[in-house]
Amino acid sequence: MESFQEKSEIIKVEQLTDDVIRLTLHSQAIAKATLPGQFVMIKVSGGHDPLLRRPFSLHRTDGKETVQILYKVLGRGTKILSEFCAGQKLDIVGPLGHGFTIKKDKPTCLVGGGMGIAPLLFLADTMLNSLEPQNIIVLLGAQTKAELEPLAGGFEKLGLVVETATDDGSLGHHGFVIDLMDKFETDPSREMYACGPYPMMRAVARKSEILGWNCQVSLETMMACGLAACLGCAYPRKYGSGYVHVCKDGPVFDSEEVLWL
Amino acid sequence: MALVKPDLQVDIGNLHLQNPVMTASGTFGYGEEFASIVDLSRLGAIVVKGISVVPRVGNSPPRVAETACGMLNAIGLENVGVERFVSEKLPYLRNVNVPVVVNILGDTTEEYQDLASQLNDIPEVAAIEVNISCPNVKKGGVAFGTDPEMAQTVTRTVRENCSKPIIVKLSPNVTDITVIAKAVEDAGADAVSLINTILGMAINTGRRRPVLANVVGGLSGPAIKPIALRMVWQAANAVNIPIVGIGGICSAQDAVEFLLAGASAIQVGTANFINPRVTEEVIDGIREYLIGQKMESVQECIGALKV
Ligand SMILES: Cc1cc2nc3c(=O)[nH]c(=O)nc-3n(C[C@H](O)[C@H](O)[C@H](O)COP(=O)(O)OP(=O)(O)OC[C@H]3O[C@@H](n4cnc5c(N)ncnc54)[C@H](O)[C@@H]3O)c2cc1C
Ligand SMILES: Cc1cc2nc3c(=O)[nH]c(=O)nc-3n(C[C@H](O)[C@H](O)[C@H](O)COP(=O)(O)O)c2cc1C
Ligand code: FES
Repeated sequence: MESFQEKSEIIKVEQLTDDVIRLTLHSQAIAKATLPGQFVMIKVSGGHDPLLRRPFSLHRTDGKETVQILYKVLGRGTKILSEFCAGQKLDIVGPLGHGFTIKKDKPTCLVGGGMGIAPLLFLADTMLNSLEPQNIIVLLGAQTKAELEPLAGGFEKLGLVVETATDDGSLGHHGFVIDLMDKFETDPSREMYACGPYPMMRAVARKSEILGWNCQVSLETMMACGLAACLGCAYPRKYGSGYVHVCKDGPVFDSEEVLWL
Repeated sequence: MALVKPDLQVDIGNLHLQNPVMTASGTFGYGEEFASIVDLSRLGAIVVKGISVVPRVGNSPPRVAETACGMLNAIGLENVGVERFVSEKLPYLRNVNVPVVVNILGDTTEEYQDLASQLNDIPEVAAIEVNISCPNVKKGGVAFGTDPEMAQTVTRTVRENCSKPIIVKLSPNVTDITVIAKAVEDAGADAVSLINTILGMAINTGRRRPVLANVVGGLSGPAIKPIALRMVWQAANAVNIPIVGIGGICSAQDAVEFLLAGASAIQVGTANFINPRVTEEVIDGIREYLIGQKMESVQECIGALKV
């Protein structure tokens, strides 16, 4: 797989909520090469502190010139990133990792939580090349309506029906996004594509196992390089001893491949 | 006749390098990982991830943590083992046309011996770098590199089983680096490389737990550069064999500091994670520095520190 290191110009900064930002970056090389589920490593500091790049999923691409990332301001790195304006340049490396495998013609269910929704929009957009919209179910969850609404909007614009859940009940189902799977239980087998916080990924993996559905999950670990060089992003395998490496073997895995802790 | 370009070539014992910039073990995979970003053929040498006799799965995660201007790692020497290294990783490197330095590690002197003799027969291996920062399981887990006698024994064993250039990679976790440097020089090392990571630790206060599953880990990156530079300077004044400087090098400026302190070559480690193209930038920057200083060869710069 080919990756690039580029100084990408920021074309647009959109503040979706108090702490959720969507960045549009100019990057021909990455836009042309990337597949859904892959990520980029962004250098946020011009100096040595914070030292490491930060990983972000590709949220969207026009396939030609631009890519988007969607992120939440959490700690120092993302705080610094949030201070960048349109016109400035960011040092980015990508596309990296192994993304989702689209199963053509197979009914599908996308499950996303919080910032895990970011790569699912790119996935949904790509899927529509080979799947009818009515075969795609989209289940999204977040803490509040304020956070979820702008994210769900992207899927609706693609003509997809979105079911929502929020922690505080301000939009859709009051509770876990996983609860939304219940009413599809009697459906014929669907391919699951999931990205979100770890407990949610584990719950989706368990549910899929019970239903006998195949499930692809995107995992996060601490990453120093994103390039398969440091071996820092280890996550235990289900079978045999040893670890998978999230930046190279993943971030997307078959839920049967990894050990759920 | 004035040279158009300053001459960057250096020799580390019998190992000839087109320039003094190598990659540090464990930070550049097996080379291939960087091939789409770095022109590998420009490098002085590629030092691969440490190899053991049998494959190792490594430590439980979390294995890495960010610290001020640095990072901690406790990878646990995960590697594919010498057999798979030779059959799966080396063939790619054969075509790169840059010297391949194989970093080796073991739990016992016998394992180092085994690795040295196996690699001695492989033409694509240009040199061996001996990581002596590993615990000696027969001596209660004390690192080979922290005891002059153990360091000497390992070096002698590798020397007796291998005719290729041998670089012994020193651990900084010692009171006096010159004692160890002299010990391995006496045992037949062609060169020493230093420093490996400095033992460190980080704590998550909210969880009241260590950040790394292994509790402690090796500190690397710009944070350790002053310590590394000091140790290279001390070692350079203590031994007559060439020195390879390592520790926090992120720019040509950093690299030149090590050359001035007495290193004949340098390795770039953690900086590869932050700026994958850094090695090429360091090579170009050293050349510019030499031009600026009106030096015709990098040799003029090595150990040229005025004190
Ligand atoms: C493959 C992958 C894709 C991701 N995609 C997105 C995305 O699309 N949108 C989004 O908002 N977030 C995403 N993340 C998470 C994002 O990388 C972290 O939120 C970000 O690194 C936090 O940086 P910080 O300096 O602000 O926080 P810090 O103060 O450093 O830490 C806050 C939290 O982020 C985690 N973190 C910090 N650095 C890293 C790192 N280098 N790798 C992994 N985790 C880290 C820490 O463990 C901690 O829990 C992704 C992570 C991975 C591994
Ligand atoms: C993730 C990681 C893995 C490493 N693995 C090895 C290894 O296998 N063998 C070894 O001799 N040194 C290893 N090192 C040490 C580096 O080669 C180097 O000596 C050290 O990181 C200091 O240089 P730096 O500050 O430029 O990174 C590793 C360092 C890091 C950060
Ligand atoms: S993050 Fe370095 S190997 Fe995966």
